[in-house]
Amino acid sequence: MPLLTVVAVAFGIPVLTLLAGAFTVEDPATGTSTFGTANLSRSLQDPYLGTISSSVRLSAVVAVAGAVAGTILAQAVITSRFRALRETVLTFSGVLANFGGVPLAFVWIATLGNSGVVTTMLGLGSGVLYNFWGLALVYLYFSVPLMVLVVTPALDGLRPQWREAAYNSGATTWQFWRHVGVPVLAPALLGGVVLLFGGAFAAYATAAAMVGSTVPLVTLQIADALTGDVLVGYENIALALSLDMIVVALLVMAVYLPLQRRSSRWLR
Amino acid sequence: MAAVAVIPEAAAGPAAATPRGGRVWRRLVLGLAALYFAVPMAVSFWFTVRTGDGGLSLAAYGRILSAPGFVPSLLLSLGLAAATITLVLLLTLPAMLAARLGAPRLGPLLEVIATLPLVVPPITYVVGIGTALRGGVDALAATPLWATLIAIQDERFPVVLVLAYVMLTLPFAHRSLDAGLRAIDVRTLVEAARNLGASWPHVLFRVIMPNLRPALAGASFLTLALVMGEYTVAALLGYQTFPVWIVTVSGNDGQLSVALSILSLLLIWSLLLTLSGAGRRRS
Repeated sequence: MPLLTVVAVAFGIPVLTLLAGAFTVEDPATGTSTFGTANLSRSLQDPYLGTISSSVRLSAVVAVAGAVAGTILAQAVITSRFRALRETVLTFSGVLANFGGVPLAFVWIATLGNSGVVTTMLGLGSGVLYNFWGLALVYLYFSVPLMVLVVTPALDGLRPQWREAAYNSGATTWQFWRHVGVPVLAPALLGGVVLLFGGAFAAYATAAAMVGSTVPLVTLQIADALTGDVLVGYENIALALSLDMIVVALLVMAVYLPLQRRSSRWLR
Repeated sequence: MAAVAVIPEAAAGPAAATPRGGRVWRRLVLGLAALYFAVPMAVSFWFTVRTGDGGLSLAAYGRILSAPGFVPSLLLSLGLAAATITLVLLLTLPAMLAARLGAPRLGPLLEVIATLPLVVPPITYVVGIGTALRGGVDALAATPLWATLIAIQDERFPVVLVLAYVMLTLPFAHRSLDAGLRAIDVRTLVEAARNLGASWPHVLFRVIMPNLRPALAGASFLTLALVMGEYTVAALLGYQTFPVWIVTVSGNDGQLSVALSILSLLLIWSLLLTLSGAGRRRS
């Protein structure tokens, strides 16, 4: 099987090297390397732990805010009388959800950067964009549309009949959402949160082009360690940090896949 | 751009009945969303056309063509995209057909393989590649493989990037082809064609491929969009692809880089819109 060979070479070798490197401890005095977990434990201490927790906090903020905003937007679109609006929003969501990387950063720099149009127009001063919340605002630009795409099928699965049945049985809108809507949607919502978290956690290009290193993120830290002045053993810290990231991504997938399966149960 | 999302199909049946008093909040939500998503786009365009003395000019777009490095980096990205599309289709399509026709146990294995790249974020993947390449060059210095390692890192056409992109696009190509194969009855088509005396290449090129055209086009478009926008791997391995070049140029000329961003966006968006349009027509 040619596919298996290529995967083994192009994917297996880098990942195995990464694993091996993460567990290889180099002694700066003698230059000998031994097998151990020192890199990993160092990667879980400051200053590296700070970048990981900063990344996790940013991704969590983006995931929760994006999920809430995306769900509200999707619900507004779905209950609208205009079918054209729905088509338009879904198409644009499909496009914007794939909008990441370098162009996203520049579009926002032109808007809210130090000499951005909105910044000068409102006299906001410099540095509005180049901090934690600025980055969160930018990440939401692709996270909200992604959430709209994820949650729309689930919201479609909420049959109007269920709502009518609830109202006819004397339920209030609040009671309907509390006892019917949210429980049915819960797997899809949680799955969306997890997906958004994973996307924000792995993002690198936008942050690199936008904030440089004013916001400490684990992806930026890894890139620094790889390209900057490499101290002895420092490179293996990057490998260990990468391993930390893979563990987080694995957790994300481990939560996401069962949730997706569960939520599809209601979508027939 | 970790997740290339797919647009859900429109649900059948009328929209849900409007609950009491829902119209105000709906307008508010839609208005806020329109503001948030439209303003940066409109403002960026404005940013590229205004001039210092308050006038308007498209000069920034004119400067793109004359900017040093524009043509080589664009050609490099297009070439990488073409190679990646060819390779990813050549690898996945036969394997998936084989899984359907002769070896059903291959199916789950393929699915696992196609999910693996999603678990490894691009930044960590490139760390692995970089380390493996450096270690490989040191370890294999005396063997013939050394020349291969150097050759795949050729600056004019880095094969190592093609391999990396094949891995990154594998999940999306797999998903697209899987949906296409699910829509047709491969086994019956193949058996019918073989019973009528068609040769295997004939079956593949004249029977299966035409039926899979939307799925193949979808996989190719997604791959093209991904490769044209990919920054992380190329930048950290030190190659001047189109997105990397945009960042390099940005240091000197803010207007130029925003104009380039808008152009590359339009390119990617028109690709994705064509793709979703093709998907609609099929369904």
